[in-house]
Amino acid sequence: MMHCFDMLYSPTLLETQYQSNELQRETQRDAYEFRKLGEVKVLGASLSIFCCRIEWALKHKGITYEYIEEDLRNKSTLLLKSNPVHKKIPVLLHGDKPVAESLIILEYIDETWRENPLMPDDPSEKAMVRFWAKYVDEKCVISAWTASRTKGHEQEKAIESTQESLKLLNKLIEGKTFFGGETMGFLDLVVGSLPNWIKFIEEFVGIKLFDTKELSFLHEWAQRFTEIPIIKESIPMKEDLLNYFRAQQNAK
Amino acid sequence: MADEVVLLDFWPSPFGMRLRIALAEKGIKHEYKEEDLKNKSPLLLKSNPVHKKIPVLIHNGKPVSESLIALQYIDETWNDNAPLLPSDPYLRSQAKFWAEFVDKKVADFGRKVCMTKGEEQEAAKNGLLDCIELLEGELGEKPYFGGETLGFVDVTLVPCYGWLSVYEKFGNFSIEAEHPVFIAWGKRCLQKKSVSKSLPDQQKLYDFVVQLRKRHEIE
Repeated sequence: MMHCFDMLYSPTLLETQYQSNELQRETQRDAYEFRKLGEVKVLGASLSIFCCRIEWALKHKGITYEYIEEDLRNKSTLLLKSNPVHKKIPVLLHGDKPVAESLIILEYIDETWRENPLMPDDPSEKAMVRFWAKYVDEKCVISAWTASRTKGHEQEKAIESTQESLKLLNKLIEGKTFFGGETMGFLDLVVGSLPNWIKFIEEFVGIKLFDTKELSFLHEWAQRFTEIPIIKESIPMKEDLLNYFRAQQNAK
Repeated sequence: MADEVVLLDFWPSPFGMRLRIALAEKGIKHEYKEEDLKNKSPLLLKSNPVHKKIPVLIHNGKPVSESLIALQYIDETWNDNAPLLPSDPYLRSQAKFWAEFVDKKVADFGRKVCMTKGEEQEAAKNGLLDCIELLEGELGEKPYFGGETLGFVDVTLVPCYGWLSVYEKFGNFSIEAEHPVFIAWGKRCLQKKSVSKSLPDQQKLYDFVVQLRKRHEIE
């Protein structure tokens, strides 16, 4: 290290410092580019409304990946090692690096592979997308799940909460082709298979959650969304869910 | 055009504290508006009609709700100094993961330690200790979760450190005894002016919870 003050301000040292910073930036860029080339794996469960988001995002960006189906009653060593905190799917493995939590994985995918962006550029628009994505997961999904597993007053509250939250989503999509605008974006992937899943719960449990007339904009969006080829090939449909869970019930 | 920044907040809120710290770290001039949660202002109800909760950041008339979302907004908008998130996508994902973990688990356990009793309180105490242990593992040898400087996870978690003695009093347990690494990290954060001026006095917090418990008839 240089101790002499004269040399601290010498052009030679400044040049060296600049070159060293440049080299650091180049090394970081190279490491980043190299990492982009790493193998991509998705640990998932084929009927999960969270996992399909990940596959859609990767397909949307043309990323090749290996899909590994997890048996959630007998979780693999790889899953437990990759997501030791929550032990849940989906997990994205990029090279040897695991990323967990579907919304965080989606942002990681969008930031790593910049083609066909899912998020808007503007920070306040991004904040709105994140707000509604969180709302879907914390209100719509949790209420519907609670409604499917409870009875009596608790179930009534959960049904009302689900219906109210879906009305808000319906208002949000009113007048738009997709949540992302003219083309699908982040929020479309997040809302994704929610209508199918909710209709499955309705039929399986025998409750009313999705009023097609009242939620006409959301219903039409769901039909448009499901027609997109990469979505169509891996969206959990109501029939698939019914078949699976009825078989589970009969096996008991 | 000068930026107009308003923070709708409630002084004991650990969620609001996160935004206070971030705004201070980045030197962002703003107006702080204290909300009376029993009598929410029209501005709050208009700015966060879905949840009607604080904190809300209002930037040039545009509101941003949910503290972690607002933190990211602050980081992306005022990106010229004191970055909270790293630029590498993988490191960003890890920071977001741990911030979500803090947001969903630590704050909730902390609240339950203060506001419940018996078995529910015991479970919350153990839950909180488990979380702190996991977080200590994540911190490792680093001075901050963000590395050499305060980062996203530090800002998200340090308000819970600000509530620590209150958790200990109501839970009747010592977090300090079992988790010196966490305590050392907290003290290190408190040395930063942005943190120390954003966390309320612990006695004031304690008195606030005493009143809250009385109102909810917990004893």
